[in-house]
Amino acid sequence: MIMIFGIPGPLLFGQLLLGLINGAFYAMLSLGLAVIFGMLNIINFAHGALFMMGAFAAWMLLNYFDIGYFPALILAPLLVGAFGIFLEKTIISRLYKLDHLYGLLLTFGLSLVIEGLFRNGYGSSGMPYRIPSLLQGATDLGFMFMPNYRGWVVLAAFVVCTATWLIIEKTSLGATLRAATENAPLVQAFGVNVPRLITLTYGGGIALAAFAGVLAAPIYSVNPNMGSNFINTVFAVVVIGGMGSILGSIVTGFGLGVVEGLTKVFYPQASATVVFVVMVIVLLTRPRGLFGKAA
Amino acid sequence: MLEIKDLNAWYGESHILHGVDFNVQEGEVVTLLGRNGAGKTTTMKSIMGLVPRREGHVVFKGGETIGMMPNQIARAGIALCPEERGIFGSLSVTENLMLPPIVAPGGLSVDEIYTLFPNLKERARTAHGTRLSGGEQQMLAIGRILRTGAKMLLLDEPTEGLAPVIVQQIGRTIREIKNRGFTVLLVEQNFRFAATVADRHYVMEHGKIIDMIPNEQLEANMDKLHDYLGV
Repeated sequence: MIMIFGIPGPLLFGQLLLGLINGAFYAMLSLGLAVIFGMLNIINFAHGALFMMGAFAAWMLLNYFDIGYFPALILAPLLVGAFGIFLEKTIISRLYKLDHLYGLLLTFGLSLVIEGLFRNGYGSSGMPYRIPSLLQGATDLGFMFMPNYRGWVVLAAFVVCTATWLIIEKTSLGATLRAATENAPLVQAFGVNVPRLITLTYGGGIALAAFAGVLAAPIYSVNPNMGSNFINTVFAVVVIGGMGSILGSIVTGFGLGVVEGLTKVFYPQASATVVFVVMVIVLLTRPRGLFGKAA
Repeated sequence: MLEIKDLNAWYGESHILHGVDFNVQEGEVVTLLGRNGAGKTTTMKSIMGLVPRREGHVVFKGGETIGMMPNQIARAGIALCPEERGIFGSLSVTENLMLPPIVAPGGLSVDEIYTLFPNLKERARTAHGTRLSGGEQQMLAIGRILRTGAKMLLLDEPTEGLAPVIVQQIGRTIREIKNRGFTVLLVEQNFRFAATVADRHYVMEHGKIIDMIPNEQLEANMDKLHDYLGV
């Protein structure tokens, strides 16, 4: 057996893959948070709950309507994104003139309500969601066996993150978004319907979270707490990457997932805290985060 | 083209505009002169709908715009070149130029804008709009609204802090766009510059229009003007 730094190769690579998987979810979730924070100036604490709703939407589509995984990958983000738009229009949009703290409190409250409702309806033990038959099994990569579904998650997350980054950095829609992040009133004075842009941005960020939720459904059990388990780490990722930085959240998301995975191999006791240790170090040396812009 | 009657505006509790009245005819270049704090910029922002609260009448091409959102006012054909230029640092020069949506046919093409401002063409690949010099940023801020097809342009202190040679270039540009049939409302501190481009001057003080001077009578009114502007 190959040994690397005294660690069996398959164990190392296995944890590396697990780290990449977690990193994929960190990246997708923190990306949505970054986009939403940039446009709405709101720290969307409900992000984890909406991620969970994505997983539940996939489960419901399958169990109530017999709609399978791949259609759900499109439909669930649309449904949950529409719910996000409803939230933005009816509640969140009332807070834009107030301090960040109000948005944080409101979305924190929303996440408690949403998770409570699902716990009430479905309990908290979690429900299984089968891996689609196309993605079952594993592939021998020579140095390890990789479960196909896990490879698919990393690939899909990478594609979605890259696409989002390209849209924001390279298209005229993205330029309008960036400009509105800098100076929304001026962009509106050029004739852009900024309130509608904000609503759609929130919907888009939520759809991204729901997409991540569908990807997560077959890996983690579908349960009302699956979002809160992630969200603390995701907020640390956002802080490390730099509040509002798109590239920062993608790179930091994947990177920290890997760091976490490696810590599990070399010093398992620290694996739950390593992300926060990194956060402390980054905040002490670069208070605006690794990719944050100077004020 | 633009008829402003009894315009009042507030920022929070402070009442800034106290019944502003003036008009701009189609094809004219009209300036708002006045000391700092007289309400010139607030007047521009109020026309554009960018103040928290405004009352009165802003009639553009015969239509009342006082109840409209800024984006609707822009779509009606008014474009603002704001104080401090409003260039976006997270956008490249080209992205800044292409940002404002086309609101009507008849705007300048990108090539025509580059002909007016050759510097912009050289700097088109600059990744951050705010890396440009002050003069180049001002050209970009004017150039990008010429593209939109809006025929009523609000230019808020386009010469502020710029070198004399750039000020002359901005002056030539304003005369050029006037020849092309644009209508311009210009806020200026510098009435010597204003005299080289404008047809009429309105003088503002304490949130009101207190006088109107046609450009050809500017020399005759120089004493009065010095008095108004405190220069």
